[in-house]
Amino acid sequence: MGIAVSMTVNGKAAGADIDPRTLLVHFLRDQLRLTGTHVGCDTGQCGACTVHVNGRAVKACNILTVQAQGAEVVTIEGISRDGELHPMQSAFRDHHGLQCGFCTPGMVMNAIELVQNHPDPSEDTVRAGLEGNFCRCTGYHNIVKAVLAGAAAMKR
Amino acid sequence: MRAFDYHRPATLKEALSLLRKNQDARPLAGGQSLIPALKLRLAGPPALVDLGAIEELRGIRIDSGTLAIGALTRHSEVASSRDVAMSIPALARLADGIGDRQVRNLGTLGGALANNDPAADYPAAVLGLGATITTNKRAIAADKFFTGLYETALRPGEIITSVAFPLPKRAAYVKFRNPASRFAIVGVFVSEGAGTVRVAVTGAANCAFRARAMEKKLASGFTPEAIARIKVPPDGLNSDLHASAEYRAHLITVIAQRAVAAALAGK
Ligand SMILES: Cc1cc2nc3c(=O)[nH]c(=O)nc-3n(C[C@H](O)[C@H](O)[C@H](O)COP(=O)(O)OP(=O)(O)OC[C@H]3O[C@@H](n4cnc5c(N)ncnc54)[C@H](O)[C@@H]3O)c2cc1C
Ligand code: FES
Ligand code: FES
Repeated sequence: MGIAVSMTVNGKAAGADIDPRTLLVHFLRDQLRLTGTHVGCDTGQCGACTVHVNGRAVKACNILTVQAQGAEVVTIEGISRDGELHPMQSAFRDHHGLQCGFCTPGMVMNAIELVQNHPDPSEDTVRAGLEGNFCRCTGYHNIVKAVLAGAAAMKR
Repeated sequence: MRAFDYHRPATLKEALSLLRKNQDARPLAGGQSLIPALKLRLAGPPALVDLGAIEELRGIRIDSGTLAIGALTRHSEVASSRDVAMSIPALARLADGIGDRQVRNLGTLGGALANNDPAADYPAAVLGLGATITTNKRAIAADKFFTGLYETALRPGEIITSVAFPLPKRAAYVKFRNPASRFAIVGVFVSEGAGTVRVAVTGAANCAFRARAMEKKLASGFTPEAIARIKVPPDGLNSDLHASAEYRAHLITVIAQRAVAAALAGK
């Protein structure tokens, strides 16, 4: 019943024989031990599990690992460079865009792709763009500030 | 999830032959409705035929007065397509309002139509524009496609390949959305084309339907006022924790007027 899957995760080849039922988020967390990608709801609602598959932000709890066959996958562990935080991560830290931090990996991954598609986002674009990511702590205000600042920093 | 065999064919032909050999197998497109159903064991097919690698099912083209969209085209691709924005901007905006960015990055037109959720957005556009759904076997008119709650005219093993939307003179979609799920509590798609007006309602009943009384009024005067006095009967409309049937009936007239106003404003 096992299916051989292979893909690139954070620039490195990854593969395994897996049960086709395995969700991408479980492959990343349980097999590759990339536990930065969180499971908040397991029902496709909260966005805590957001990763990039071929450059698109998707909810890793709502996609089968086998659907990512041959894909380029990037998780929160794969965005810093040479020990330096990604500008979006720095913006979340600088603007208090997190409290408990549980939603943060998904927020950051979605925000990065949002800005790649809208390099100069308005506040409305950011708020609409984050509709699929829930935060139970911050009230969103500082997350929006952080994404706007992160967008400006990503241009530099 | 119950166990299933998984196939990832590269061509439509291969996919069809897999579905023929395995009568209970289900196609998998973006998975944004099917995977939640598998998790809840609302569906437990013995095999999935993943359409994700079939390039011939993707793409957006304008030819001879219609906009043709491949079944596997994602909501985000429709939302950001220049061809869609230029030919039927209301359709691009509808796609941009489905769920959230992550859902739009995986969910597809064909999957949304085959699924026929009572509160889904695309059925309103397909019905409201009088589109034609093409499968591997035949062409199905929008008016014949949506047959009931999560039910369509598709037969087992039949795959939607593309949808052709005739280009309207003007059109708009307005959704009164559930703020948590973004699905429609009531959504109305209106269009005015060559001598025809169509008004399609989603979210209110077991599947999308046309509001013919409104169409008649709008045909003799395409203004919000023309339909302001229409009272939709609540019989047969959905009642749930989000809205009663009476409230939905009231909303249909309100939202339809807003949709006509938006179409006139070119929004
Ligand atoms: C959090 C969340 C919010 C959402 N919000 C909205 C919303 O606001 N509005 C809205 O309209 N939708 C919403 N959706 C649903 C979303 O639009 C789905 O993408 C869509 O309903 C199904 O498309 P899919 O490609 O993911 O199909 P899948 O889930 O892969 O398949 C759905 C069904 O269609 C069948 N199928 C798929 N492709 C074909 C084909 N080409 N031919 C024949 N059968 C096929 C499958 O066998 C299955 O039965 C939401 C989903 C989620 C998870
Ligand atoms: S854990 Fe995936 S959306 Fe909540
Ligand atoms: S910081 Fe706690 S959930 Fe967002």
